[in-house]
Amino acid sequence: MKRVLVILNFFPKFQKANTVFHTPTHIFAPNFRTGMALRCMKYLLAAAFSLSMVFFSNSSFSQDQHENGEQQAPHEAPAEGEGEFNVTETILEHIKDSHSWHLWGHTSLPLPVILHTDKGFEAFSSAKLMNEHHEPVAYQGNYLYKVVEGKIKIVDEAGTVNEEESKKLLDISITKNVASMFLTVILLLLIFISVANAYKKRGVTSAPKGFQSFIEPIILFVRDEIAKPYLGHKYAKYMPFLLTVFFFIWINNLLGLIPIFPGGSNVSGNIAFTMTLAVFTFIIVNVNGKKDYWKHIFWMPGLPTAMKIFLMPIELLGVFIKPVSLMIRLFANITAGHILVMSLICLIFIFKAVAASAMAVPFAVFINAIELLVAFLQAFIFTMLSALYIGMAIEEHHEHELA
Amino acid sequence: MLLDINPLVLPDPGLIIWSTLAFLILIFLLGKFAWKPIMKAIGEREQGIAEAIASAEKVKAEMAQLKNENEALLAKAREERAVLIKEAKETSDKMVAEARAKAKSEYDRILADAQSAIEQQKNAAITDVKNQVGNLVIEVAEKVLRKELSNRAAQEGYIKELADGVKLN
Repeated sequence: MKRVLVILNFFPKFQKANTVFHTPTHIFAPNFRTGMALRCMKYLLAAAFSLSMVFFSNSSFSQDQHENGEQQAPHEAPAEGEGEFNVTETILEHIKDSHSWHLWGHTSLPLPVILHTDKGFEAFSSAKLMNEHHEPVAYQGNYLYKVVEGKIKIVDEAGTVNEEESKKLLDISITKNVASMFLTVILLLLIFISVANAYKKRGVTSAPKGFQSFIEPIILFVRDEIAKPYLGHKYAKYMPFLLTVFFFIWINNLLGLIPIFPGGSNVSGNIAFTMTLAVFTFIIVNVNGKKDYWKHIFWMPGLPTAMKIFLMPIELLGVFIKPVSLMIRLFANITAGHILVMSLICLIFIFKAVAASAMAVPFAVFINAIELLVAFLQAFIFTMLSALYIGMAIEEHHEHELA
Repeated sequence: MLLDINPLVLPDPGLIIWSTLAFLILIFLLGKFAWKPIMKAIGEREQGIAEAIASAEKVKAEMAQLKNENEALLAKAREERAVLIKEAKETSDKMVAEARAKAKSEYDRILADAQSAIEQQKNAAITDVKNQVGNLVIEVAEKVLRKELSNRAAQEGYIKELADGVKLN
């Protein structure tokens, strides 16, 4: 619930309730005001993230202690006995990427493994890295490969990881997240090309119908609530990027909420995915940055020279912090949502009583419903902040010259 | 340190490559086959609606103007009708008056003519009567005279008498 409150603080429309942050911003010029709001957001984000880091590291630390205390080989825990149930491991297994897609019980869908080493590319099925008991086994390709803690490593005959050799290994496998992402890509292409065809077929004069009428308000929402307010009259150029980002994140978020096979992966809660999108925003912001944008970073107008020099590194840091905040916000929110739902479900196993489900299931359903909102909200926030950053970079303002 | 503790915040290069690829494919295909036609269609529709509203406003304004014009025209027509009626009335009055005057003068003329004709005829008749009476008197007188003056003495006496009368005149 705390996390939901934090999210609400990020959402500008809800900030009206937050008078402590809101009232002083009236004094400042609009430009500065958005800056203030952003800074507030950054602080909140930093606080939330550091809290979550503390939570994560503590739990995994205690987990390590626990494992070390009771069992000598922690990653062989699932194989050791059906009775032992490790909550942290179960949750992390769900959150993390995997080389096979778990279907049900002991059945998994093997996915192609693609590896690049100094001996070139090679591809094989992930089924070869598992034995019939779902224990990782070594597979002899160009090197001897084995899955260690979810990642493919080069091992020697004895099964110990060769760290030197493993560094040369580039794993570009179609993992669960990649496969899920491709599913999203296919879904998006199917949805939007059919909607585009509906426009072509039905013409522009008739009202939208069917799926078209569901999609159109969302597109208009992105255009009127995100692109136009932050980008001004030059919004049309950035619409394809914003729409793609919005729907890509949203559909990925929604697929992640489906607990069974085609969904259930944690694509938008994976830092590599959010990093990629944030890098795209970073590139677009800095490629399109106008003179004013760079001037405000390196030589802030309207300030004493000493202040200009002082601000330069801070502003320069801000250039990188902005996409990093985008990356972490999406990652942390979606991951936290998954952890929350999983934790509630795991309560049943922690208490080892079916009766616990009477409490856990309604809570999990409630959190899942909130996650549906968060799925949209995070897609919206990512897109909105991208638009805001782009808008700040392409803005050409003259009030400083006049002052 | 943090990254060592938590593998969750360690980006996986494979996923970065695939998501970059997926995103580029998406932005290319959707940009070309979805966003462009959709945004174009939405833009065209909005423009169409804006134009329709503008033209409706224009038509409304035109209608209002037309109505005003019609009213002005009607008022003008009414005024003209009143003027026409007034003029017609004046003309008719004038015509009636003229006709009356003309009729009166004609009547007067005819009356005068008739009177003069009557007078003439009366005079003629009187003259005629006078002439006839004169002739008759002469005839009678002649006859009487013939009878009375059949002798010489009577004749001379009468002449004498006449001559006396002449003298008196």
